[in-house]
Amino acid sequence: MREPLKAHTGPAVALRRDDVDTDQIIPAEFCKRLTKSGYADTLFGHWRKEDDFVLNQPEHQGASVLVAGHNFGTGSSREHAVWALRDWGFRAVIATSFGDIFLRNALKNGLLAVALPVPVVAELTELVASDPAFEITVDLQELTVTAAGQTWEFEADHRARWLLLNGLDDIDVTLRKSDAIAAYEAGRPAWMTSITRGTYSSPDAAKLRRAS
Amino acid sequence: MATTERNLIEKVWESHVVDRAPGEPDLLYIDLHLLHEASSPQAFDGLQLAGRRVRRPDLALALEDHNVPTNTLFVKDAMGSAQLERLRENCEEQGIELFSLGDDRQGIVHVVAPELGFVRPGMTVVCGDSHTSTHGAFGALAFGVGTSDVEHVLATQTLALQRPRTMSVEFVGEPPADVTPKDLILALIAHIGANGANGYAIEYRGKAVENLSMEGRMTVCNMSIEAGARAGLIAPDDTTLAYLRERWDPAAAADWDEAVAYWRSLRTDEGAAFDRVVELDVTGLTPFVTWGTNPGQAVPLDSAVPAPEDFGTGPEQDAARRAQEYMGLEPHVRMRDIEINTVFLGSCTNGRIEDLRAAADVLRGRKVASSITMLVVPGSMAVRAQAEAEGLHQVFLDAGAQWRLSGCSMCMGINADRLQGIQRVASTSNRNYEGRQGTHARTHLVSPVVAAATAVAGRLAAPTELTTPQGEKA
Ligand code: SF4
Repeated sequence: MREPLKAHTGPAVALRRDDVDTDQIIPAEFCKRLTKSGYADTLFGHWRKEDDFVLNQPEHQGASVLVAGHNFGTGSSREHAVWALRDWGFRAVIATSFGDIFLRNALKNGLLAVALPVPVVAELTELVASDPAFEITVDLQELTVTAAGQTWEFEADHRARWLLLNGLDDIDVTLRKSDAIAAYEAGRPAWMTSITRGTYSSPDAAKLRRAS
Repeated sequence: MATTERNLIEKVWESHVVDRAPGEPDLLYIDLHLLHEASSPQAFDGLQLAGRRVRRPDLALALEDHNVPTNTLFVKDAMGSAQLERLRENCEEQGIELFSLGDDRQGIVHVVAPELGFVRPGMTVVCGDSHTSTHGAFGALAFGVGTSDVEHVLATQTLALQRPRTMSVEFVGEPPADVTPKDLILALIAHIGANGANGYAIEYRGKAVENLSMEGRMTVCNMSIEAGARAGLIAPDDTTLAYLRERWDPAAAADWDEAVAYWRSLRTDEGAAFDRVVELDVTGLTPFVTWGTNPGQAVPLDSAVPAPEDFGTGPEQDAARRAQEYMGLEPHVRMRDIEINTVFLGSCTNGRIEDLRAAADVLRGRKVASSITMLVVPGSMAVRAQAEAEGLHQVFLDAGAQWRLSGCSMCMGINADRLQGIQRVASTSNRNYEGRQGTHARTHLVSPVVAAATAVAGRLAAPTELTTPQGEKA
């Protein structure tokens, strides 16, 4: 069992950038650890070198909700991007859209990645910018975002939400279907790849030759 | 009345559903799981912590590629070498085949798996790497996943997934001879945008695709993710079967004819629908290059850096402005006038034997400009051996380029081939993000032939503008 996650409320910070790719969220050279933690200092690693970068501002140090732009987390599959956001203290990210793999990775790690319409994100960005203590609530139970007395609805992946609300382990849940997996395996065709260790030699040159 | 016609993506998906419940994502069986050192340590750790074992070690293959140096077999950097070490321990412990640094089967995971014949039509393939989409070239449903999903596949050989929406991308007409697969995909991404296919799996169709070799198809499918699509597929045909036949183990229990009969059925049915249809006329296409910091910011090499105002007044204009600032470029500068200091030929996009042949054809009898450092990094040690058998390495060396061992190299700033300081690169890789090839590196994505011509000219150039080795204008 994990801690069930139903909602999060916290101060927000706005990034004001679109198409933030995973190479910006955590540059590759910082993805060499063997652990899932220890990435806080490398979040937005290249941008953090600039003093005026928003996460370097003292008034935003306790922020736990990130308001981003459009297409946040595009690019690579590196889950380090999610680990780094979590390590820094973020519990939720609001954007108008997300990179596909990033979105999946976020929910798997209890980072509430929520897409809202463009005008709403624009409004939140302005509200956040004018008040560093501005708080946003992301409620996974109700599927709503609440801030400044307004409420907006969002959609979440059904399974991911159910796992988080109940504190369930993804793999445990799948393993309940072990019989179905075994039954499927029994019917797989013989021509599928199966790799026996130590039996493959380097492809001989002929195989790489132009097929003409 | 439900229709019975199905597209290729639906066919492959449906044949892998292990369990389906209303309102739930499907539980999908994974036929091949590719692993590398950079995205797997935490997954194996999680598995061990929970006291689980790898369900099907025979359906996994591991490679060392992201962290390996390409000028020596000696890994200097401690963290990179710790990742390699950990992968070796994990594979040993779980009985997974691993091709390590120094092995003649080593190379980039997306180059090695197909060249050994492991990727076959109708399979599902995953890897903790977004360019897994490469394998769609075989009519396989192949996509990148994060480390949590890597652990899930290790433990269960399945993933719970929502079926992606389907998109047909039809390249209409036949492109001119100097247009390469890289140009096709760069032009497509520029057309639909860097997230234009978000949430979709793509099927690439049309004569221009059918005419491509398997290597060319892999280049196109590889960059599907750069349009936001997790997967990009091409229906298997005679080209696919010829490639696989050469790699078929005659001693295998499986029957080739039976496999072929099934593979032949993996085509989009006449009249089958897609959620979205995109057409791109390629008859007048010319070589494409990027000017910005996402792969959609690309233009024909014949044109110029666009003005931010060309993108309207919205966020795209800001993005263009920021990209030009990072790239150190002014609007209206002709792409051909952009001077380059580094040329990188390699990666899982363009590090295959055909890519090396095409670049060598341009460099034969010519010299890399004195202002340029050029790295040639074969996608696998087998590609390297083949290139040496054909004498291509001599062409590169004679021209003044560096001939390297295999790995991801400069595609991603995680290993020793990272660029230092402000360097402008013409790169055959797939991402031109800020800092991707080094903290201040400025990347222009190009095809192998444009990379080679650029190395000679010292500025972005196509082979047609080079003077011939004898001194005449080509
Ligand atoms: S060559 Fe580049 S894109 Fe391909 S797997 Fe390696 S780092 Fe990723």
